[in-house]
Amino acid sequence: MPVRHPGRWVGAAVIAVLVAMFVHMLVTNPVFQWQFMVDNMFSDPVLTGARTTVIMTILAMVLGVLLGVVIAVLRLSPNPVLSGVSWAYVWFFRAIPRLVLLFFVASLGALYATYDIGFPFDTQLMDLFGFSADLRFLSLDGNQIFKGFLAGLIGLTLSEAAYMAEIVRAGIQSVDPGQTEAAAALGMGRGQIMRRIVLPQAMRVIIPPTGNETIAMLKDTSLLIAVPVTSELNFQLRAIGSRTFQVIPLAVASILWYVALSSVLMAGQYFLERRFSRGVGNRETRAQRAARRADQVGTA
Amino acid sequence: MSDDRLMVQAEQVRKSFGRTEVLKGIDLAVRPGEVMCVIGPSGSGKSTFLRCINHLEKIDSGRLSVDGHLVGYREKGGVLHELRDREVAAQRRDIGMVFQRFNLFPHMTALENVVEAPMRVRRTAKAAARQRGVELLERVGLGDRAHNYPAQLSGGQQQRVAIARALAMEPRLMLFDEPTSALDPELVGEVLDVMRGLATDGMTMVVVTHEMGFAREVGDTLVFMDDGVVVEAGDPKQVLTDPQHERTRAFLSKVL
Ligand SMILES: Nc1ncnc2c1ncn2[C@@H]1O[C@H](COP(=O)(O)OP(=O)(O)O)[C@@H](O)[C@H]1O
Ligand SMILES: [Mg+2]
Repeated sequence: MPVRHPGRWVGAAVIAVLVAMFVHMLVTNPVFQWQFMVDNMFSDPVLTGARTTVIMTILAMVLGVLLGVVIAVLRLSPNPVLSGVSWAYVWFFRAIPRLVLLFFVASLGALYATYDIGFPFDTQLMDLFGFSADLRFLSLDGNQIFKGFLAGLIGLTLSEAAYMAEIVRAGIQSVDPGQTEAAAALGMGRGQIMRRIVLPQAMRVIIPPTGNETIAMLKDTSLLIAVPVTSELNFQLRAIGSRTFQVIPLAVASILWYVALSSVLMAGQYFLERRFSRGVGNRETRAQRAARRADQVGTA
Repeated sequence: MSDDRLMVQAEQVRKSFGRTEVLKGIDLAVRPGEVMCVIGPSGSGKSTFLRCINHLEKIDSGRLSVDGHLVGYREKGGVLHELRDREVAAQRRDIGMVFQRFNLFPHMTALENVVEAPMRVRRTAKAAARQRGVELLERVGLGDRAHNYPAQLSGGQQQRVAIARALAMEPRLMLFDEPTSALDPELVGEVLDVMRGLATDGMTMVVVTHEMGFAREVGDTLVFMDDGVVVEAGDPKQVLTDPQHERTRAFLSKVL
């Protein structure tokens, strides 16, 4: 006789009834306006918004990861100034909520009218030598850079780099120091050891949280409403919602969009994790399996 | 004064970690083609000395040279200048090292482990490096394992790959730090066989080991270290059968 689990059956029945009630509510409540929602969900401004959101997510993550790797390597440097600066960066940017940071970056246009790139303390130094001149190569309009897409990208990148630095550092430190020694004993240089030996192994530890960071970033692009970035997905859907007074259908459309986009990222994360677990455990890789089959065919 | 005919020359080498002095004035010389075995209790400084030879550790005082060149320093007008990272790396290319825990690169196959340094450091072309790599793997008896990852190999096989990896840089000196201590007893022989072959081919080797049979049979010199000093050095058969010092006798009575 199989063991009976009456509790499970009761639980399943209760959940089935709740799900049925929920679906019934979704279908019958007129507030949801399903047809209206579908029509607007794939309208041109919304599709453009989805594209902006994806591009922003990719750019902020790529730049955030690159900056994060640099900060992590500095943090592990034996030079106390470099590691101190890196520590302070991580401390500061992890302490600020992204929304607050985005508001601030968006307001930088008001701080100075122009942002000049050139020799540091140039006017002061020239004063010292009795000249009144400057050494500036490039002058940027503050209101232009700290606006819209670019302002959002700067804010999200700075924030992301702080989180990625911690993730990368944990990854680097997870690699057995014997690996670095063995590579050094072969005459490899420090940069080579980092790129060829340490980082590829650190990837196994770095990738899962980076996948989570990417999904979080996708969702946090909705905070760009603080800048604002008007071409972004959430902004567009909300705009339609308030213009047509149909707030709920567009809010639901927003949810469905983020669920769909996040799901794509989660699938990508799964495949990346598989790729970087190479050489861990004694699982046969695809290339090895192919080689073995070819051998078997040859001998058969 | 350094003797150009010596492969390794250590004169009064000292090394401390914090306040503990681990090497207390080591004097040793290894001739080209010589196999020197080093024994001694755990913590006596054997690994540290070996690591000083390829500058994985910096010595605090004394002189240490390999093949006539000071390790990690350049002498100019009687003053020692520390070498830059890049120059230290260049010195290490000619010194192979085999570790107790193998330290193979787990994300690379056996062959990739072997060709990595020749390709990245010596800039050997891929085809040539791979051909040489396969030859080396065959030499250590692993020609059929070229495409396995380290995790798919036994400990003895991994250590033989590690030896092939070191040999790929065509070193003039090989350092072994207890190469068989992490192995199951039945796998020790296959690694020692490879090392015996190297010795027969004339490789200069410094081997920290607990394998007294290997030391007696293959070693030209046996060094007994204890508490950061060389207590006794000489012909292995002599040291093993007729030790001159009480500390050597006490150690040998425990391990033999
Ligand atoms: N990096 C290090 N930092 C501090 N102490 C160390 C370090 N490496 C080795 N030691 C100490 O130096 C002594 C000698 O170590 P080691 O050379 O590994 O001895 P052996 O190889 O003979 O067992 C030990 O007491 C060990 O704890
Ligand atoms: Mg040791």
